[in-house]
Amino acid sequence: MEKLLENIIKKYLEKEGNVIFLLQETQDAFGYIPREAVDFFSMELNIAPSRFYGVATFYSQFRLKPIGKNRIVACCGTACHVRGAEKVINGLRKELDLPAGEDTTRDGQFTLEEVACLGTCSFAPIVLVNGAVRGKTTADSIVKEVKSMRKKSHG
Amino acid sequence: MADKGTVIRVCMGPAGIAAGGKGVLEAFSKVLLEKGVGAELRQNCSAHQVGCIGLCARDVLVEMDNRGAKTTYQYIKPDMVERIVNEHLIGGSPVNEWLVDSDFDSFYQKQFKIVLSDVGKIDPEDVDSYISAGGYEPTREVLMTWIPDDVIEEIKESGIRGRGGAGFPTGLKWELARRSKGDIKYLICNADEGDPGAFMDRAVIEGNPHSVIEGMIIGAFAIGSNKGYVYIRAEYPLAVERLKLALKQAYERRFLGHNIFNTGFSLDIEIKLGAGAFVCGEETALIASIEGQRGMPRPKPPFPVSKGLWQRPTVINNVETLANIPYIMRKGSAWYAKFGTEKSKGTKVFALTGKIRNPGLIEVPMGIPMRDIIYEIGGGIDGGKALKAVQTGGPSGGCIPASMLDINVDYESLAKAGSIVGSGGMIVLDEDNCMVNMAKYFVHFTQAESCGKCVPCRVGTKRLLEILTRITNGEGREGDIERLERLSKGIKTASLCGLGQTAPNPVLSNIRYFREEFDAHVKDKKCPAKVCKALLTYSILAEYCKGCGSCMKACPAGAITGEKKKPHRINPDRCIRCGACFDACKFKSVAKE
Repeated sequence: MEKLLENIIKKYLEKEGNVIFLLQETQDAFGYIPREAVDFFSMELNIAPSRFYGVATFYSQFRLKPIGKNRIVACCGTACHVRGAEKVINGLRKELDLPAGEDTTRDGQFTLEEVACLGTCSFAPIVLVNGAVRGKTTADSIVKEVKSMRKKSHG
Repeated sequence: MADKGTVIRVCMGPAGIAAGGKGVLEAFSKVLLEKGVGAELRQNCSAHQVGCIGLCARDVLVEMDNRGAKTTYQYIKPDMVERIVNEHLIGGSPVNEWLVDSDFDSFYQKQFKIVLSDVGKIDPEDVDSYISAGGYEPTREVLMTWIPDDVIEEIKESGIRGRGGAGFPTGLKWELARRSKGDIKYLICNADEGDPGAFMDRAVIEGNPHSVIEGMIIGAFAIGSNKGYVYIRAEYPLAVERLKLALKQAYERRFLGHNIFNTGFSLDIEIKLGAGAFVCGEETALIASIEGQRGMPRPKPPFPVSKGLWQRPTVINNVETLANIPYIMRKGSAWYAKFGTEKSKGTKVFALTGKIRNPGLIEVPMGIPMRDIIYEIGGGIDGGKALKAVQTGGPSGGCIPASMLDINVDYESLAKAGSIVGSGGMIVLDEDNCMVNMAKYFVHFTQAESCGKCVPCRVGTKRLLEILTRITNGEGREGDIERLERLSKGIKTASLCGLGQTAPNPVLSNIRYFREEFDAHVKDKKCPAKVCKALLTYSILAEYCKGCGSCMKACPAGAITGEKKKPHRINPDRCIRCGACFDACKFKSVAKE
């Protein structure tokens, strides 16, 4: 881990000391912003950890908890909303049995993220399953797919 | 006889990709090669990927262009490709049943394309494709023969106003930045399309990234800047990838870098990935974000044109604005100013979505009647329902009710009606959409995106959301609507930046046109559109119920009882109004009111 972080710092110093860039690189490497990474940066660069957390919690891109093995992204843009995104999301939350306030299943298999807009509004509601676009989804169609993914990961 | 000179264009816009455009493109390459069509006609018959063709609802769209004679197929899947090649390319007669129908023409008839004129025709990953369509010629001419003041004058003459939402005259912005004192100046392209339900900028960058770069070169030359940034959303990976590739190509051809066209003018452009914050649409917040900080706005003045990025004069232009520039310089300001109305010149790109038959990306002259957009271009309302309203301008905008459909779509007319042109989202709502729910949806969004710096926005939007939530939960109180109006006015007047100043717009606009729907929620505890769950009651219509038991299985509260093959019943005391039974019933025997 330390070596990865040192590389990120090296790139960061070339980029005029941009904290957002540093955090983006970190998230690319680990899938989230580990506490150890912030501590390391803080020591090496002599910047208070609060500065990193201030930026990390401001932008929706950053996460402070590990991401699940499978990443499901549900769009809640306006076009998706008027075409029933809420039902799709509720169906997914129920199927994944997500604890209140959490976006990742207890077994770390699935993360369900909600984003403002994916810009594919003509096919609303949109869900991304591990990066692949699913258009005109219904709660049934997407829950079915997740069910079969779960079966595979358990069996 | 095989068609000579046929170009096959496969739509690889956002929706094209979602519908499987890549598979179709690969199938064409494979089948053409197998059949020897590609081998014989390699130069003439080739499959290209292109950006958004527009009518996204019919994706994947495939256009066969035989020297200008175009045939278009809709809903194409990879397994349909072989038959098209056999019958159309080799046999010479199109596969009629897969061709687009008559609406396809009406989708395009009322449109006029400037920004999108090359999108869907050129290969966005091939710089030569853009150059052969006349690209980078305006840059060459401007850099070699124009002086910056004349460029600014030309853009002012064209009358183009910022397409990001606020509609500030672009030429004037450039002039202010040019006159600002400073050795270093910056030009930023704002590609952080934050309005949920809009994808204009995404389509422009994915379909024709070089037009944006060219607009930036001309703009930077005009204001005297040697450093440009593109601030783009990380949620648009394909747009980022295509922009990176386009920049690389522009550097290779020396349209960017040191001493462009040996004129002594230099420009570097760098990509900055936005990390996801709607408030970064506000210029000063965007600047803070590029500097690596929390994206919080600061009071203006000083305006960015005098003190912006790192305290230097900075111009921020939206993607669509910049993509217009090369076309204005190519054809002249007088040509551009012919389109549109007296105060809103040119064309505007809209993302037409929601309950519309033909959702997609459209470009229309400013001032076009809303009715033409909905009924002629959009083909009317999906599923034969009645139009209720058209929402424009996203979370900062408002709605145009069906009764005002003859309104002209331009900055002034929409503002007079209490909405805005905004960045170009246009969401069609039908009778099944609840206007209180829509207001709550937008406030929920702006409240979450409020940066928290100023109290009117941070606390005000929270209170707005609380009131709207209780109204939709059936707990609305006497005077809540007036309370919403009063609070909205306060937030608009006292907030620091555009986010707070416009956040109450959807609330005010929806109350203005749909007051009776708000009243029904507050006073009668009814949701006329049957959306707000807490205000609905469910019952089973005994005459239709087959007693299949699927509602009973679906009910999470155990509120449904009944014997098999006999009508079931819902116990209203146990019912939690979740609607699971309504969705589960195949015989439409669950009623909600």
